[in-house]
Amino acid sequence: MSTVQESVPAAAVPTVNATARKSSTLGRTTSLIVLAVMLIMPLFVRNFIIFQVTMVLIYGIAVLALNILTGGSGQFSLGQSAFFAIGAYAAAILIEHGNVNYALTLPIAGVICFIFGFLFGFPALRLSGIYLALATYALAVAMPQLLKLGVIEHWTGGVQGLVVTKPDAPFGLPISQDMWLYYFTLAVTLAIYIASTNLLKSRSGRAMMAIRDNEIAASAMGVDISLYKTLAFGISAGITGVAGALGAIAVQFVAPDSYTFTLAIALFLGMVVGGVGWLPGSFAGAAFIVFVPNIAEGISKGLSGAFFGVLLFIVIYLVPHGARQVAILAESLFNKMKKP
Amino acid sequence: MELFINQVLAGIATGAIYACMALAIVMIFQAIDHLNFAQGEMAMFSTFIAWQLMQWGVPYWWAFLLTLAISFVAGIVIERLLFKPLAKAPILTNVAGFIALYAIINSVAGLIWDFTIKQFPSPFGSSPFLGSQLISTHQAGMIGVTIALLIALFFFFRFTRIGLAMRAAATLPESARLVGINTSWMIALGWGMASAIGAIAGILIAPVVFLEPNMMLGILLYGFAAAVLGGLTSPLGAVIGGFLVGVFENLVGTYIPGVGNELKLPIALALIVIVLVVKPTGLMGHTVVKRV
Repeated sequence: MSTVQESVPAAAVPTVNATARKSSTLGRTTSLIVLAVMLIMPLFVRNFIIFQVTMVLIYGIAVLALNILTGGSGQFSLGQSAFFAIGAYAAAILIEHGNVNYALTLPIAGVICFIFGFLFGFPALRLSGIYLALATYALAVAMPQLLKLGVIEHWTGGVQGLVVTKPDAPFGLPISQDMWLYYFTLAVTLAIYIASTNLLKSRSGRAMMAIRDNEIAASAMGVDISLYKTLAFGISAGITGVAGALGAIAVQFVAPDSYTFTLAIALFLGMVVGGVGWLPGSFAGAAFIVFVPNIAEGISKGLSGAFFGVLLFIVIYLVPHGARQVAILAESLFNKMKKP
Repeated sequence: MELFINQVLAGIATGAIYACMALAIVMIFQAIDHLNFAQGEMAMFSTFIAWQLMQWGVPYWWAFLLTLAISFVAGIVIERLLFKPLAKAPILTNVAGFIALYAIINSVAGLIWDFTIKQFPSPFGSSPFLGSQLISTHQAGMIGVTIALLIALFFFFRFTRIGLAMRAAATLPESARLVGINTSWMIALGWGMASAIGAIAGILIAPVVFLEPNMMLGILLYGFAAAVLGGLTSPLGAVIGGFLVGVFENLVGTYIPGVGNELKLPIALALIVIVLVVKPTGLMGHTVVKRV
């Protein structure tokens, strides 16, 4: 049964449809306006909304991480929920068992996830496209069961999970816990966002994109394929881990069943909706996955899955580049209106 | 020794489930070169249709046949409507499509039939098979149906005109088109057949794991493991892989302490990763050479 079969040249069907025409960031003015809005927003809304926007930022970081992996290096992962879970548990265990300061848990969670991601990146090296999706899918499905393991139950709390104490605002600042956490998350998000854009603009970022566009050509130009692919996996996992840690602190609770395959689907969906390879889109995608289920649940309980699915199809068919395409359209419309 | 033989037998019985699922996965992989992540959910939905028909008083075998027909048509319709336009799209888009389908089917099934578990009847009964305590008549029937299905598929692909056309369309689409094969419809046919085989798998599995919208999550993973182990390009490999995975799972659970039911899914994960890394073509698959 070992017939050799020819297939279409690899270059004809790229794994990812990311356009490189426009830069992967927003313009300076737009960025500053968005930042200003984000800074003053909490002063005018209720605590619950502040919490939700915090969640948008946290998921935004996780989607951004996936975007670096997919938009940057062309690999994709359905297993981001697993790294999110590892980050969340790392933070929860450090805070509750080790009495570590919550802010310190973020870099630790990041490093732990980076190592996990880097190691998982090795088998992933030999897999491309659909096989990689399969392996990461298996990782996402298996993760909740791994977390429930009896051996580590003392640390993880088993099925019950762990309760995390919410941090107070430091230096006696007269703001609520929610608001403090919001500003804290915003600061972390900004740092990660700036670091990520710089990463993609750097030599390493260009090497990753070269791999994405044509692996063979990239290796011919001297790019160390295995190094950059595993590195991309590690970085993506690390950032996801930071998001997971933040998520654990914000929700004040970790349990195995919060990190199922559904979360992986949501993050993947966030990336597709936001536009693959467009970093600001990650946050548009995150807003989508935080707010849309609420609306869908409002219409009918249990309908959010179907709603997600239908919307995903609509995005695939009508705006395959997601929020980025909408942004470009809006920009060209705006310019047209300015001219006459 | 007796424990060993008994565990192998029990493993073959569960393996039949995975073999069925793997067969459906391989069918569609052959036709479209993609793994259908919604395969398990499609099978689950088919099983619910069969259950609903029986609730309405349709006799078992009529419900079985009707479900197969409905699943076959539904598979073709899904391909024509949703995935034909994506044929030339990048892999990412296709995976997104499968995920969307997964979410829709799971949610709609939950909406119609809700998430409580349901009993599903077995045509073979559940008394011990030939006096053995480990294998029930249902499990024996399951093994029988899987093997019969494999033989039927073998004859279909080997000796019928349309089976030959499907193989041609899958291996060399360009040349197949030149000799007058409608490759696009062959893909639709592949979807229909995969969907019908999935329905058989679902109906066979349901008496064992009980019917509910999330029943396929773990089984799909094991089905993937079986398909990967057997080589994604070979139906025979898929079935052998399914039985091997079932036996492996049982033996690991028996002989390695601490690996009980709670490690079922991680074992499948480890298996998939190891096979993909050590021998990506699987046991019976063939190498695909890429031209630059």
